[in-house]
Amino acid sequence: MPSLIDLMQEGRTIQQHSPWPRAVADAHLWNFAASELAQGRWSLLGLWGEPSTVHMAIIDRDTADIAVVSLDCPDRVYPSVGKYHPPALRLERTINDLFGLFAQDLPDSRPWLDQNRWSVRFPLGDRISALSTTAPYRFLAAEGDGLHQIAVGPVHAGIIEPGHFRFTASGETVVRLEQRLGYTHKGIEGLMRGASVERGAQLAGRVSGDSTVAYAYAFSKAVEAALQLAVPDRAVWLRALLAELERLANHLGDIGAICNDASFGLMQAHCNVLREDVLRAANTAFGHRLMRDVIVPGGLVRDLDENGQAAIRATLDNIPVRFPALVELYDNTASLQDRTVGTGVVTAALAKQYAAGGYVGRASGRAFDTRRAPGYPPYDDLRFEVPVLDEGDVNARVWIRIREVEQSLSLANQILDRLPGGPLRVPVGAAAGPREGMALVEGFRGDIMVWLRLDGGRIDRCHLRDPSWFQWPLLEAAIEDNIVADFPLCNKSFNCSYSGQDL
Amino acid sequence: MRKLLFQSFFQGPFTEPAPALDPTAVEELAAALQRAARRRLGRSLSIREIDAGSCNGCELEIHALNNAYYDVERFGIRFVASPRHADVLMVTGPVTKNMRDALERTYHATPDPKWVVAVGDCARDGGCFAGSYAVVGGVSQVVPVDLHIPGCPPPPVTILQGLLALLDRTAKDATSIA
Ligand code: SF4
Repeated sequence: MPSLIDLMQEGRTIQQHSPWPRAVADAHLWNFAASELAQGRWSLLGLWGEPSTVHMAIIDRDTADIAVVSLDCPDRVYPSVGKYHPPALRLERTINDLFGLFAQDLPDSRPWLDQNRWSVRFPLGDRISALSTTAPYRFLAAEGDGLHQIAVGPVHAGIIEPGHFRFTASGETVVRLEQRLGYTHKGIEGLMRGASVERGAQLAGRVSGDSTVAYAYAFSKAVEAALQLAVPDRAVWLRALLAELERLANHLGDIGAICNDASFGLMQAHCNVLREDVLRAANTAFGHRLMRDVIVPGGLVRDLDENGQAAIRATLDNIPVRFPALVELYDNTASLQDRTVGTGVVTAALAKQYAAGGYVGRASGRAFDTRRAPGYPPYDDLRFEVPVLDEGDVNARVWIRIREVEQSLSLANQILDRLPGGPLRVPVGAAAGPREGMALVEGFRGDIMVWLRLDGGRIDRCHLRDPSWFQWPLLEAAIEDNIVADFPLCNKSFNCSYSGQDL
Repeated sequence: MRKLLFQSFFQGPFTEPAPALDPTAVEELAAALQRAARRRLGRSLSIREIDAGSCNGCELEIHALNNAYYDVERFGIRFVASPRHADVLMVTGPVTKNMRDALERTYHATPDPKWVVAVGDCARDGGCFAGSYAVVGGVSQVVPVDLHIPGCPPPPVTILQGLLALLDRTAKDATSIA
């Protein structure tokens, strides 16, 4: 059994790719990697295209080694990974939509993001005119006596992002759920091409509004990797502070919202007060409630002053006073537990197969956290635990969030205690010739991956992979055999991003 | 739960004047809003929110209007589940081509009289997504817009101010028609 590193040596290594290696493979090697993914020794981190190349990022489950395998496909076809490894399916459908590269023997060749409304096909490849007529989207069939379908969306009843859910139910019980997404596709990777690094950072920060810090963080790290830039210590630590504040705000909001979907509004009312406190502290400290456009390649644009420190400290002190009573309330309310315990189970095997990140993975026994492995500063210098549970139900996903709130509080305090002084930013120059960089950053939802190639001062290609790509399909599995009325609850416990995966 | 409810009983409400940072006090704004809403629409204003392709940042701040600090429901402003119950459509995002049809249909499902409020820089002209093959660029390209509330995303106080401006304007229009 060759290791991931051995495999890479069989391919042609690309220089100027940091911090992990990239190698150009032949079809044989590509297929071997696909079969290893299917066997479960390795996990898929990403699969993306260029006009005549496909790339796949892989992480070795045991060693946390990471590598990118690339395959040139001048004939516009390449061997399907999804054929062996279902988590790749939607990614391959997307590569076809955007680039016109077709995965041979792809078991599901329906479009994914392309709804035939862009007036072009293959917008990032060799563009051709759109099809003159649209065929209706073929939802997958479910057969049996007395089954009925329920179609929901793209416009939902609440204030949430647009997507379509097609339920097939037998009475109250969901037999099959199929998602159709792509409604919020904005063509972000298209806008990235040829953009300056500054504009790239702005776009990256708008991939998914609730993860604006994590995306700006990941994008900036990828640029810095490509250019081999060292960021000042103070910026390294402040970035982590921003990321933990973002995680705190989102988890607090989510815990409340999940309870609200179980008709327990009291929790939401209290959790949202805590969330608002975090946002106000962030506003005082960084001039923006969501901390948007603060992290940029090279460092940060805004320093934390004493006023800001005090605001954050006050919030960090207040949450441990208020939050435990809410946790107790959650844990001791039978009507609430009745809805969350045993509902929407994701098995450990599925979470592992899909390499599900964040609370979805960690509630189903997958301990992966990019802050730990591969890890990045300043986290290797900080004390924190990565909570893991095995139940895989809504309740477990709530508990992971609760534990992560506690961890983020501790992390934010540690950062403030030890915040180094010094400069905040280094200039980002343009290097001659193409340079490639990659980064993994732990967003509140899980691992966000950014891969990019810079050429001169411009972005030649940038791919941003949201954790939701590998979580959405698990929601389809989780809802099976549950009742339709539990869908909002399950859905909220996942809280997948629409905009992040639609891009 | 009893303990928490009991505590809430004695603790002052969270709802408060805006933090010192904000130039306008939430209370003041809200009182004005309430007067205007009553004048124009009786006791309530029902809003149907539509994400027409936003990054979800605008939604987060619209959500925040419901938290205990802003508590918009106390002024009769409610977010409703169906466009058929709505007075106002609050639309975010650069209107993706994939959402254009859904936005149009929602607009037509909303009874007259209705107002459209475009929230966020994207909803104004596509924001930083303008020019993409996948976006239309601005809500007014698809449905008539009565008011833009700028920001990326606009904070809750700004959204409240925007609603007030809308109500003031529609009230004036109503007087001039009458
Ligand atoms: S205006 Fe800003 S926050 Fe609102 S959808 Fe656009 S990018 Fe997101």
